[in-house]
Parts: sequence; structure tokens; C-alpha cells
Amino acid sequence: MWDSQTIMMIAEGTGVTLYMTLVSTLIAYALGLPMGIVLVVTAPGGLKPNKIVYKILDVVVNIVRSIPFLILLMLIIPFTRLIVGKSYGATATIVPLAIAAAPFVARLVESSLLEVDHGVIEAAQSMGAGLGTIIFKVLLAEARTSLIVGATISLGTILGYSAMAGVVGGGGLGDIAIRYGYYRYQADIMIVTVVLLVALVQILQVIGTRLSRKLDRRIS
Amino acid sequence: METMIQIKDVTKTFVGKDNTVEALKGINLDIHKGEIYGIIGMSGAGKSTLVRCLNFLERPTSGTVLVEGKDLSTLKDNELRKMRTQIAMIFQHFNLLMQRTVLDNVCFPMEITKTSRKDAVKRARELLEIVGLSQKELSYPAQLSGGQKQRVAIARALATNPKILLCDEATSALDPTTTKAILALLKEINEKYGITIVIITHEMAVVQEICSHVAIIDEGSLAETGTVEEVFSRPKSKAAKKLVFRGEEKHYDEMRGKRCIRIVFSSNSSYEPVIANMVLACNAPVNILLADTQDIGGVAHGQMILQLPEEEVTAEKMIQYLKNRKLEVEELDNYVG
Repeated sequence: MWDSQTIMMIAEGTGVTLYMTLVSTLIAYALGLPMGIVLVVTAPGGLKPNKIVYKILDVVVNIVRSIPFLILLMLIIPFTRLIVGKSYGATATIVPLAIAAAPFVARLVESSLLEVDHGVIEAAQSMGAGLGTIIFKVLLAEARTSLIVGATISLGTILGYSAMAGVVGGGGLGDIAIRYGYYRYQADIMIVTVVLLVALVQILQVIGTRLSRKLDRRIS
Repeated sequence: METMIQIKDVTKTFVGKDNTVEALKGINLDIHKGEIYGIIGMSGAGKSTLVRCLNFLERPTSGTVLVEGKDLSTLKDNELRKMRTQIAMIFQHFNLLMQRTVLDNVCFPMEITKTSRKDAVKRARELLEIVGLSQKELSYPAQLSGGQKQRVAIARALATNPKILLCDEATSALDPTTTKAILALLKEINEKYGITIVIITHEMAVVQEICSHVAIIDEGSLAETGTVEEVFSRPKSKAAKKLVFRGEEKHYDEMRGKRCIRIVFSSNSSYEPVIANMVLACNAPVNILLADTQDIGGVAHGQMILQLPEEEVTAEKMIQYLKNRKLEVEELDNYVG
């Protein structure tokens, strides 16, 4: 049963899972990072408090975050079709993955940025720094360790979600686990895919933790 | 002398959900060019709010702040930011960028003013030389001691050649030896570059060490202003007395109602055994409750609190004796600490 065909399939599945995870995370950050920044800046007591913008974003983030991923996956099928042209396959899975992860990323970014010492922001203001300088050179730069930790968490979470997408024919390791392991009772394939998923999360976690430590100048 | 900062009727009210705090209640203050001006008060007196009104990190609720004659409230956003490059500030907790090297921290304000990297690095190196940290330019703040961090902050503050340096409890997190070194550095900067320095502190010792003028702030109002010498020798307000007596008020509680005097020694009388002579001359003992010498701007000032004999005539004689020796004598009869 462990013929070259099966091995190839699992190898390909691993590649597809990584593809979905990395691209989705990237898009989720492209959406979530600005959202997180806007949340911090417009929050009451923030750099440019704006009740309306903050409240709207806050509610949208909460709504999207509270929809279970499987439901969201199906809910936005028309939208996915509109963008990718079809509703199944790895590329099509990226759309709901990114949309589900963006608000999650926004919250992670928000909490990372809120950790930045208010005194440092005040110091930058006292030097005449504008909003852009404070966001890029103070908030994001000072929070980078925490942001990397957040990105590692996001990668792990999105990887887990991507496996769920197997239910609707999303491709990748999760898809294989469901098709062979669940529908055909091939427990060995199921175990191998699960082990691979666990290994992937582990590797990403180790890389992320190492990177964040290496870039942190607070510990000498 | 040229007025650098003029504070007119400044009030600041913080409106909270269920309480309103009047942090400043009509402050008037003139700070002249080249002065080292101390603003002293107990915690919660409003001094940190006041100093933040000087660069509009806090906008006053009413009143005006003029810096070199310019009303800060009339400035547009970008004009205010430009103005702030001329009003540097250092903080109790240093507020350095923890993820940048010492050199890059000093370069930061020059990035804001769009100085070229080459010029910024050159200037930063000069400044690190001045504050004595040339060896540390590639270190990160986490690797430095408190005193070194404050030196970096001072170098950073000077990067844009400011006219004013605001110090918000800049030595409060430092030990006494480091405090002295930092104050000496501030004094040197004041003398060398003529930068006007405003020092916010709760420690009388800091004011005595380097300030030329002092304002005492108490519950949002100015209790007293003047030269450090004046305020120290003849504190008029209760808040001033409290600070000058260095929180020794519990002694005064015991002495309430009894006849006590405070004498201030100027530099020339410090060497004469005045009290011993007085006791001999009046033939009556006195009780020394407090005695200490402080250094104000390089001149030794002593103060002593004496409990006089109950007998009216002898006490009167003693006061006269001291006054004849040209000492400042102040009755503390009704003083409540």
C-alpha cells in the first residue's frame, strides 16, 4: 500500500498545505496588519482617537472572528467563485482562509502594538514625530518581537484551518486525511498526515520563536 | 532678560467618567533664557501635567503658553511638531527605543527632522562623546545602567540643538551618586550651550543642586516662586516649608505650641560656634531639634531648629542674640507640619 504513488501524493499534499498556509497568512497580514494598526490608533486614548472608525472595525472583527471557520468557508463560496473562478481546490481555499484569519491577525497585531511602552511613544511625540513615524519607527519596530510571535501563532492556526478545508475538497494534507483516512478507513494514511501536520506546526513554531529571540534587543 | 517660556493663566481639567480632576488651576510663570528652572511639588501636585503643557503633549484647558513669544495653541499640527524639535524632553524612565542601538537612538530625532544619515551619525557621535558614552554606541539600552540610559536620553534630546530642555523627574529613578553626575551634566550643558532647562522634581535636593529659580506647585496652584536662595532661606508658603524641611514634619507635631525657632546660617556664619556662644551668653540651655547643612549652588547653607526655654525673657534674649549675629530667625510657634 505504501507505493510510490501514495508517497508522492502525501509529499504533494504537504506542499499544497504549505502553499495554502503561507499565501493565506501573507494575505491575512496584508489585511489584518493595517486593521490592527487602525484599531490601536483610533482607539479611545490612542494617537488619533476616532470613535466611529474604531467601533465599526471592532464590531466587524468580532463578527468575522465569531463565525466558525467551516460555516464561513461555505458562506463565502459565491465570493470565492467570483475571485478564483471555482470553489474547490487549494487556491480557492486561500480566500476563506485569509478572510477568516485577517480579523484574528488584526487582534494579534493590536495586542502586540498595545504592549509598546506609552512613554516611548510620548518621547517620540515630544521630538516632533508625526503619526507615520510613530507607527513605523516606534510601534511596529518596538513591537517586532511580539509581532513575530503573533505571526507564528497565525501560521499554526491557519495551517490547522487549512486542514479543515479538506472537507470541501480544499486539497493538502487535511484533504488526504479526510478522503483516505476517514472515508476509506485507511488509518495509516490518516496517522501519517496528522504526524506531518504536527511536525509542520512544530517546525514553524521553532523557527518563529528563534527568529523573535534573535531579533529581540531587550535581552542581551 | 529674554523670556523663553511664558505661562499665562494655564488650567488643565481632566474629565473622567465619574470624576473631574482639576490638575492645574491658573498657573502663571515666566522662565527666562538660560535659566535652570525647578518646578517642585509632591506627587499629584500637577507638575508633570504642567511640564507637558510646555510642549503641548497636554493641551491646556484654558490659558496660553508662549515659547519665544509664539502661542503654541495657534500653531498648526506641522508647526507644532517643528516647534517640538526645539523643546527637547527627558523622562524618569528614559523612554529609549529598546530595539535600537545607542547610536540609532540618538539618531532618531534627526530622522524626524530628515537629517541625512551621514550627518546624523556624525552628530550622534559628537553627542555621545559629550555625555561620555562613546564606547557604548553599539550597545542596546537593555545593556546599560540607569545613569547610562539617561545619558543616552540627554544626547538624544540635544540632537536637534533645542533651545529648551524639559526634564520630567529625570533623576527620580537613579541613585544619589548617579543623580549628582546627571545633574552635573545638565548644568554643564546649560552653561556650555545656553539651553534653558526646566526641571520637574519632587526632591528639594535636585533643585538646590542646580536650579537658579524654583516654583513650588501645590494642588494645581503655584504656592511660591523665586530664586532658589530666596525660597530656601525664607520659605513663605506651607508647601515650601514642607519641602525645605525635608519631610521632617513629625518633629514639629510634637513641638506644636512650644516656642521653636528656625535659624538659617549663611556661608560666613557657619564657622562660628554661634549656638554654643549663645548658650553661654544667655546662661540657659536650648534643645536642638534639627540641624543640617545643604549645598545650594555651591554655597553651604545651614539650618537649625531650636526649642527655646519656656521663660519669656531668656527666649527673647536668645532671639535678639541670634539676630545680632545677622542670622535669619523665624518663629515656628504656630507651625503645623
